[in-house]
Amino acid sequence: MAGAHPTFRYVDRDGTPVLEASGTWTVFSIRTLRRRRRQASPAGSTRKPRLIDLTHVERLDTAGVLELLQLAGNEKDIEFRTREQGQADLFRVVQTNMVATPPEPKVNWLTHWLGEVGHSLVDLYHQIIALCAFFGETLVVLAGAFMQPRRFRPTAVVGQMYEVWIKALAIVAVLCFLIGVVIAYQGVQQLRQFGAETFTVEAVGIGIFRELGVLLTAIIVAGRSGSAFTAQLGTMQVNQEIDAMRTIGLNPIEWLVLPRIFALVISMPLLVFWGDMAGLLGGAVACTIYLDFTFVQFFARLRDTVGIWSFYTGIIKAPVFGMIIAAIGCFEGLQVRGSAESVGLLTTRSVVESIFCVIVLDAIFSIIFLLAGV
Amino acid sequence: MADGGQLVDHRNGREVIVRLRDVRTQFGDHVIHDKLDFDMFRGEVVGLVGGSGSGKSVLLRTIIGLNPARHGRIEVLGVDRRGLHGKAEHDFHAHTGVQFQDGALFSSLTVAENIMVPIREHAGLDEEAMRCIAALKIALVGLPADTGEKKPSELSGGMRKRASLARALALDPELLFLDEPTAGLDPIGASHYDELVRSLQQSLGLTVLMVTHDLDSLNAICDRVAVLLDKRVVAGTMDELLAYDHPWVREYFHGPRGRAAARQKDKASSDGK
Repeated sequence: MAGAHPTFRYVDRDGTPVLEASGTWTVFSIRTLRRRRRQASPAGSTRKPRLIDLTHVERLDTAGVLELLQLAGNEKDIEFRTREQGQADLFRVVQTNMVATPPEPKVNWLTHWLGEVGHSLVDLYHQIIALCAFFGETLVVLAGAFMQPRRFRPTAVVGQMYEVWIKALAIVAVLCFLIGVVIAYQGVQQLRQFGAETFTVEAVGIGIFRELGVLLTAIIVAGRSGSAFTAQLGTMQVNQEIDAMRTIGLNPIEWLVLPRIFALVISMPLLVFWGDMAGLLGGAVACTIYLDFTFVQFFARLRDTVGIWSFYTGIIKAPVFGMIIAAIGCFEGLQVRGSAESVGLLTTRSVVESIFCVIVLDAIFSIIFLLAGV
Repeated sequence: MADGGQLVDHRNGREVIVRLRDVRTQFGDHVIHDKLDFDMFRGEVVGLVGGSGSGKSVLLRTIIGLNPARHGRIEVLGVDRRGLHGKAEHDFHAHTGVQFQDGALFSSLTVAENIMVPIREHAGLDEEAMRCIAALKIALVGLPADTGEKKPSELSGGMRKRASLARALALDPELLFLDEPTAGLDPIGASHYDELVRSLQQSLGLTVLMVTHDLDSLNAICDRVAVLLDKRVVAGTMDELLAYDHPWVREYFHGPRGRAAARQKDKASSDGK
């Protein structure tokens, strides 16, 4: 589509410096011209043209006019001569709308980087404040709900439990089973060097009960339910459904957030128990293969060596993790503003924050249990 | 009836930019258009109207090529749209511009970067030239200069429409498609927008097809109006359509809103005299 190349020259007509252009001056044809112009040094000797002669120009568009105006030294009120009325109109439109060379956005990488870090820190600060405010509001609504028990919505809680508990059973079981197998296999490999491979049972039992069962379940739940909460509430926010609820006099915290928090607080221990059992089963299967244990031997040794408190320490953490995942998921969902784009952004953030908080809380629990001696 | 669904032939020897013949589109068993003929001539503004669900946007998408037709011939800018593949199709997009209903600006880019996307893809200019062109287009559509550095989410609905128009105009396309350009604008904003489209159309020599429900826009800037009736297009000037005998057309143009818009137009033309 290039057609005839754009060409130009500066001439002197009766003492008036003129820019003579010919050929095709369109956005598609000026590329090579610009490249050559940049390589050549700017013609400083010639005087600034006072007239642009377009009579030999075959095709012209806004980009072409812009280029010609720049060649003529960015004079806003330069005169011109054309053959066609259409080209004259176009020229005039560009002339009136021309912006003095647009400011190049300056980017200094150091200030840019510092700015980014500063912004993130300020964002983080606001985020923490807002999260605390959200927790506070939720607790107030919760207290209010305890005063008037009819404000609890058991149907919604059960509906959410179906989503976050029943539908997660399969994935939790499969993953915990596999982790049980992996720990047992690694345990046998390492402990055999000391002739202590029977201790694999303790490794599997304590590992699954205290940490892995609950952590793995929490991560699965954060990825599948926490993100779903953010996406659901975020979409409602974008559709102005939450505003609609407020205008009807419904409190979104009471209607949307509390049922989800309750559902996850109840479901998490159930899921963790289920995951623990799957993990033990995986360990038992691996031990029967690598250690020539029978199932009975495995579970008898487990009963004798792994105390019940190992199980309790895991299961105590579950409702706390469930609450934090649900609260962060709902909080980020309600943070959605405006476009659908922010739903995706905040869903990612919700999952990252939930997993972060779960692991930090897990560390705090470890210290508490250490001090308590369990 | 004349060629291309016209009531009276208005071609007057002009180049045919869009030519649809015997086009059928359907979703599953649901036929949207059948035996549809439609012509557009260089340098005119055509308004596309029709009842809800009559397939205005589908027709627009079919002409652009976003929605395949089941049957028929679609010629845009002299080439068979359905036969276009690879490089030829890529180049075709450099000569058409589309403004989508809600702007469809790329949300991760600033307005200026949005305008630069088609230029970079098709013209391959250097950064500085693209910035200058983007700034010019922003000024052309009547947005303040600092809009260029803003993200689409920071703009109001009306500004997003203008920014989207600026992107559609990035390469000075010969053919411009506007999907409900004034929907959701206040009457003042809408009439300014109409004037803007008209003046750009005249100075840049564009051919424009706009889907609209805005009777004022139809009166103010459209040379011809295409009405989707019974899966086909009936096209004519406002006056021809006002005289056309079809229940939907009569209700549309002679209803209370249609009459008010027509009165406005009469008043405007008598004021002009």
